[in-house]
Amino acid sequence: MIFRLALGSLIARGLTVGMTILAIALSVALFLGVEKVRTGAKASFADTISGTDLIVGARSGSVQLLLYSVFRIGNATNNLTWESYRDIAERPEVDWTVPISLGDSHRQFRVMGTTQAFFDRYKYRSGQALVLRDGAIMDDLFDTVIGADVAETLGYDIGDPIVVAHGLASFTEHEDQPFRVSGILKKTGTPVDRTVIIGLRAIEAIHVDWQSGGQIQGQSTPADVIRQMDLKPQAVTALLVGVKGRLQVFGVQRSINEYAAEPLLAILPGVALQELWQIVGIAETALIGVSAMVVVTALIGMMATIFSSLNERRREMAIFRAMGARPSLILALLVLEAAMMAALGALLGLALPYAGLFVGQPLIDSAFGLWIPIEAPTIRELWVLLAVIAASAIVSMVPALRAYRMSLTDGMMVRI
Amino acid sequence: MPNTAPILQLEDVRFRWPGRTSFGLHVPNLTLARSETVLLLGESGSGKSTLLSLICGTIVADSGSVCVAGTDTAALSAGRRDRFRAEQIGLIFQQFNLLPFASVQDNILLPLKFAPGRRNRVADPVTEAARLCNDLGLPDGVMSSKAGTLSVGQQQRVAAARALIGMPPLIIADEPTSSLDAATQTTFLELLFAQSLAHDTTLLMVSHDARLSNQFDRVIHMDEICITERDAV
Repeated sequence: MIFRLALGSLIARGLTVGMTILAIALSVALFLGVEKVRTGAKASFADTISGTDLIVGARSGSVQLLLYSVFRIGNATNNLTWESYRDIAERPEVDWTVPISLGDSHRQFRVMGTTQAFFDRYKYRSGQALVLRDGAIMDDLFDTVIGADVAETLGYDIGDPIVVAHGLASFTEHEDQPFRVSGILKKTGTPVDRTVIIGLRAIEAIHVDWQSGGQIQGQSTPADVIRQMDLKPQAVTALLVGVKGRLQVFGVQRSINEYAAEPLLAILPGVALQELWQIVGIAETALIGVSAMVVVTALIGMMATIFSSLNERRREMAIFRAMGARPSLILALLVLEAAMMAALGALLGLALPYAGLFVGQPLIDSAFGLWIPIEAPTIRELWVLLAVIAASAIVSMVPALRAYRMSLTDGMMVRI
Repeated sequence: MPNTAPILQLEDVRFRWPGRTSFGLHVPNLTLARSETVLLLGESGSGKSTLLSLICGTIVADSGSVCVAGTDTAALSAGRRDRFRAEQIGLIFQQFNLLPFASVQDNILLPLKFAPGRRNRVADPVTEAARLCNDLGLPDGVMSSKAGTLSVGQQQRVAAARALIGMPPLIIADEPTSSLDAATQTTFLELLFAQSLAHDTTLLMVSHDARLSNQFDRVIHMDEICITERDAV
């Protein structure tokens, strides 16, 4: 009955209570939303590559190499020569290699030249392999396999032509050598979804009539002629490397990093990711701090609401006292009331990110390349909710103690 | 043997609000017999509300004794005093003091929540609440209505039902008719007297309206029983 009366009192002050609950809900939603995006982004990054022991590229920063080779963010400062690639691939400790060549684009999507090995060896999210949704992998020199987002965004289907642009932000296109969509990959939630994959030889093919970054005036070699050419690549952007034994990884890494013929860098993807998290860690902490402060602000707002309602509720408290309620019950009622508001706000705040994610998941994916999964609340999130409810109960003690003292001094004869 | 001990006895009670030196109350003696109806008259500011708070035990006298149903309330712990009040005293206020967001039923049953002894005196609280509503002339189906939606007269009857449920031996009514028009006032008092008589209850009603005097067994003026100590430092 007392619980029902406390609830009735809350409902009677619906507008102010509703606004307080909304403020708590929005702050909790912001906090959990930031957490979801943060953990989702981390998971999304970590899930992008699996089973690759080393990534090799021209010497630069390890994070930079990871970003451009796996996440298609930024650009390579240099390439590594075909000879170096072959030298690494033929080492006895090396099990497999996947060469990738980046630099061109189609509409806003990156074009990646690679070999059949990419489809065999590239793994994501705990060892999942790439799966074709439609069609087949490249058979002809001018075939392409596109990621799920490329197909969806540009409305491509099997057989559709694709013209690759030279460079990443260029208006110059390789329009004399169009490609044909031969396959569309299933959604992976990785940058592969936003990649146009062509053969490594095809990268050379579209640059046959090009010199120093521009097409040679009036020269356009027919496709059939190009198909007959010996298109041996001169260089690749990076290599994904699998080593035969886990213990050999560090030895191979060291020897590549000390490679005499050209300056190379070999990185362990997991270690480079950790470096990346360390770099973004300060911003991450600041973001969590700001969203935690928003929750604290909402709780202080709730305390102010309870404070401001105390005067108008003196009679209500006096009635309880007159009917035999102890002053401690007045204190307990206000704490219970605050906890109920916080619990409702917290639950609503928990639901809001899910609703937002339900609507915005594909938008976040297409805008930022982050596939944030819709999963059941984590233990950590539930602890956050409990902490908010507990904090609200603690914060409400301040006005509750004032109400307690008022109920002692007002007695039961308060006339307002 | 009928219990002939007074229901209320104040002996040399002195009280001064903490931090307020300008007003003090001294009651040398006040005794109310069982089943008596008493009208306590006094001007505004004469200390009526302070006296009622002392009788109810929400404030404790600085000295002297306040005995309700033979128990010195000052001797009880704060928690026991709260429960004792709920057990022994039914209260009706000038402004009814119902919980407007709660149903009539919840308002009437509220004191039973804090007073198990009073609760045990009622076989079926909901039926008893309905009976009191009926006896006090409230319409059928009023039990589920929100108290705040009732008319002034109806709210005062609900307040009376709340005071009467569980048959407390002492009813204290603090100017309960001041918000009512003359006709409603008379009807309300008749109903209150009838219920007090039916339950063998003592009624102490506070008012500043001397016209009500002839309806009570006894009339007491505040200045007869109290010495207000003003400007004493």
